[in-house]
Amino acid sequence: MGKVTPKSPLPIRIAALAICAGVGALLSRAVLAIPETESGLAPLVDANLEASGVKNAVTAVLLNFRGYDTLLEIAVLMLATIGVLSLSVTQKGTWDPIAAQADPVLSALARFLAPVMILVSGYLLWAGEHAPGGAFQAGSVVGAAGVLLALSGYARPAWISRFALRAAISVGFIVFIAVAIGEMIAGGLLLQYPADLAKTLMLLVETWLTVSIGAILVSLFIASASPAEELRMRSGGER
Amino acid sequence: MSQTDLYTLAGSTLFVIGLYGLMTRPHLLHKVLALNISSAGVFFVLVGIARRIPGTTPDPLPHAMVLTGIVVTVSSTAFALALAKRIFTETGTAALDASDVDVEEDAGG
Amino acid sequence: MAEWIVRQLPALVILMPFTAAPLAYLLGAKFGRPIALVSALLSQPLALLLAIRVSRVGTLRYEVGGWGGPLGIDLVVDGVAAVMVLVTTVVGLFVTVYALGYFGDRERYRFFWPLWLFLWGSLLALFLSGDIFNLYVCLELVSMSAVALVGLTLSREALVAAMRYMLAAILGSLFYLLGVALIYGAFGSVDMQTLREVIRGDTTGQAALALMTVGLVLKTALFPLHFWLPPAHSNAPSPVSAVLSALVVKGSFYILVRLWVDVAQTAAFPGASTVLGVLGATAIFWGSIQALRQERLKMLVAYSTVAQIGYLFLMFPLVTGGGPAAADAWTGGVFHAVSHALAKSAMFLAAGTVLARFGHDRIEGLGGLSRRAPATAMTFGLAGVTMMGLPPSGGFVAKWQMIRASIESGQWWWAVVVVAGGLLAAAYVFKVLGPFFGREPEAMDEADLDPGPSPWTMEGAALALALGSLVLGVLGQPLLDLIMVSAPALVAGVTP
Repeated sequence: MGKVTPKSPLPIRIAALAICAGVGALLSRAVLAIPETESGLAPLVDANLEASGVKNAVTAVLLNFRGYDTLLEIAVLMLATIGVLSLSVTQKGTWDPIAAQADPVLSALARFLAPVMILVSGYLLWAGEHAPGGAFQAGSVVGAAGVLLALSGYARPAWISRFALRAAISVGFIVFIAVAIGEMIAGGLLLQYPADLAKTLMLLVETWLTVSIGAILVSLFIASASPAEELRMRSGGER
Repeated sequence: MSQTDLYTLAGSTLFVIGLYGLMTRPHLLHKVLALNISSAGVFFVLVGIARRIPGTTPDPLPHAMVLTGIVVTVSSTAFALALAKRIFTETGTAALDASDVDVEEDAGG
Repeated sequence: MAEWIVRQLPALVILMPFTAAPLAYLLGAKFGRPIALVSALLSQPLALLLAIRVSRVGTLRYEVGGWGGPLGIDLVVDGVAAVMVLVTTVVGLFVTVYALGYFGDRERYRFFWPLWLFLWGSLLALFLSGDIFNLYVCLELVSMSAVALVGLTLSREALVAAMRYMLAAILGSLFYLLGVALIYGAFGSVDMQTLREVIRGDTTGQAALALMTVGLVLKTALFPLHFWLPPAHSNAPSPVSAVLSALVVKGSFYILVRLWVDVAQTAAFPGASTVLGVLGATAIFWGSIQALRQERLKMLVAYSTVAQIGYLFLMFPLVTGGGPAAADAWTGGVFHAVSHALAKSAMFLAAGTVLARFGHDRIEGLGGLSRRAPATAMTFGLAGVTMMGLPPSGGFVAKWQMIRASIESGQWWWAVVVVAGGLLAAAYVFKVLGPFFGREPEAMDEADLDPGPSPWTMEGAALALALGSLVLGVLGQPLLDLIMVSAPALVAGVTP
C-alpha cells in the first residue's frame, strides 16, 4: 500500500495558482458589478404567495412555483443512493449494526433520543408551511436518528424487510410522481395544485418525502460505512 | 462595502480555494472536500445575492436555489465518497494516478 | 383522450422513464428488465407525436405547475428540442434491447436498469427545459447517473475512470451554477424566454457566460478539457459507452448552444466563438491522431468521440455572423449531433459484442472478424461511412452543410478542417476495418475461446443503429426541416 503524496509537483501548483487567480479576478469583478436595483422575482413570489397554499415564501418556491426542481432533486437523491449501493461490496443496503460492541450509555441515550427526533422531524415538517422547515429538514432529522441507532448497535428490526427498505427509499419520488400525474388527469398541468387542495397535497408529498429522505440518508451512511464490509474488503472480499 | 459584497466576495474566494485544492491535492478525499468548499462558495454567492437590495426582505428564490443545491451536493458528495472508498479497496490507494503515490518498502499491505 | 395527450405531451415524454425508473429499482432486477423494455417501447410514439406536433404548430410551451415563466418553470419544445428527444428515444430503444442480451440476468448488473431509466429521463428533461436553474438540476441528474453507470463493472480501470469523470462533472456543474447565480443577480430571472429580452454583455453578463461556458465545455469534453472522456467511455459497459458518447456529451453541448445562440445572442462576443471554433478544430485533429494510435477498439472509438465533438464546436464561429450561413451551420451542427449519435452508439455496441464474445478488444487480435461475426463487422463498416462523412450517410449531409456555411460566411478555413477531419476519420476507421475484413490471426488460440455467435438482438440492435445513420443521409430532409422549426432568431434570420 502506498501513501498518496500530499501535494502536486511545483509546476502544477504554479499553473493552478494562475488559473485560480484568473477565475478569482473574473468572479470578484462580476459579483461587485451586480446592481442593487434588480428586484428579481421576489415581488412576483409575494404577489402569488396567497395562491400557493403556504405562507412561507421559500416553501412556496420549492414546493409550488418551482416544485418541478424539487421533484428532480428527489430523483438526484435516489440516484445517489442507487449509485452508492451499486458500489457497496455487500450491495444490500441493509441496516446492520455498525458498532461491534454497543456502549450501554450510548445505547440508552439513543433509545431515548430516537423517538424525540422523530417528534422533532414531525414538527419541522408541519412548521415548513409558515416558517423555515419542510421535508428536507425533517428528513435529515429522521436520517440522523437512524444513523444514531445504527451507531449505537441497533440492528435493522426483523419486521423491516429488504423490500420495505427499498420501498422507503423510493416512496417519496413515487408519491410525488403519482400526485403530479393525478393532477394531470384531474385536468391540470404537471404539478399544478388545485387551489383548495394545494395545502393538503403538498403536505402529503412532504410527509412521504420525509420518510424517503430519512431512509436515503441512513442508507447512504450505512452502505459505505459498515465495519463488517470493511473487514471483508481487507481480506480480499468478493469481487 | 455592503453586506452583499462581503458575502459574494467571500463566496468567490471560497470557490477559488476549492478549485486550487482540487487541482493540487492528489488524495481523493482532499479532492472531494475541495469540491465541497467550492460548492459552499457558490452558495455564499447565492445567499449574498438574495440580500442585494438593502433594507428589504431577502429574495426567496436564491434561498430555494441554495436548498436545492445543498441536496444535490450532499448526494454527489455521498456518491463520490463511496466511489473513492471503493477505489481504495480495489487499488490500495486513494489517488487517480500511480505517479502520485510514494511506494513504500512494505508494499502490499 | 387524444386531446389530453396532445396537451400533456411534453410532460408525458419526461414522465415515462421517470415513472419506470423508481419501479425498476423497487421491484428489483427480475421486473427491471421488462419495465425498461415497456418504457422504451411506449416512449417511441410519444417522442414521434411530439416531433409531429412541433413540425405542425411550432414551439410548444408547457407551464409546469400552471404558473408560467418567469415565476414557474416552462418546458419548451422547439425544432431542435424535438429532434434531440427523438434521437434520444430511438437510440434509447436499441440500447435497451441490446442491454437485455448483454447483461442477461446477471445479479451484479441489476442496478443498470433503474440507473439507465433515470439517465434517459434526465436527458429528456434537459432537452425540454426552458429554465437555466432547472437545467443545473438536470445536468447533475445526467452526470450522476452516467458516472454510476460507468462504475458498474467495478473493475479498477472503470472505478478510476468514473472518479475522474465525477470530479470533472461536479466541477463543471459548479461553474455553471455560479454563472446562473450571477445571471439571476444581474438580470433577475432564470427563465430563458425572459432572459432573452434583458440579458446584456456587461461585466456580470460576460463573466456569467464565460463561467458557464467553461463548465459546459468541461462536461462536453472539448479539447483540452477532454482528459476524462476516453477512460470513462472505453471502460464503461458497452451499452453505457454507447449512451455516453451518443447522448450524454450532447446534453451539455445542447445547453451551451442554447445559451449562446438562443439566449445571449448579441451578448456573446465573436472573439470567444472563434476560440471555441479553434478548440473544436484542434479536437478534431488531436482526437483523430490519438484514435489512430490506440491498440484497443473501445479506446479508438472513444478518441473518435473526442474528435467528433470538435465538429459540433465549429458551429459557433459559423453561426455568429447570421444570414444563410448561420442557418446552414445550425442544421449542419445539429444534424451532425444526430448522425454521430446513431453511428457512435452502433460502433460501441459492436465493440461490446466483440468484447463479450472474445473477451478482449485488441484490434490486431480481431483479424478476419467479418467471417466469424459478419453482422458486427458490417455494423462497424456502415457506422464508419458516417464517421468519414461519405455519401449517402447522415455524416455527409452534416459536413456538406458545414462546408456550405464556411463558404457562405467567407471563412473557408473551417471547410478545410471539415474535409481534413473526414480524411483522418477514414484513417482510423480503416485501421479497424482492415483487420476485420482481412486474414484471421495466425495463432488460432483466440478462435478456440470463441463461445459462438452473440444473441441476435445484440447484433441486430447495433446494425439497426448503423443502418439508421446511413439512411439519415437519404431520408434526412424532414429532419433538416424539423431542426429549423422555430429556430433561434439569429439562425432563422429574423431581426429580434
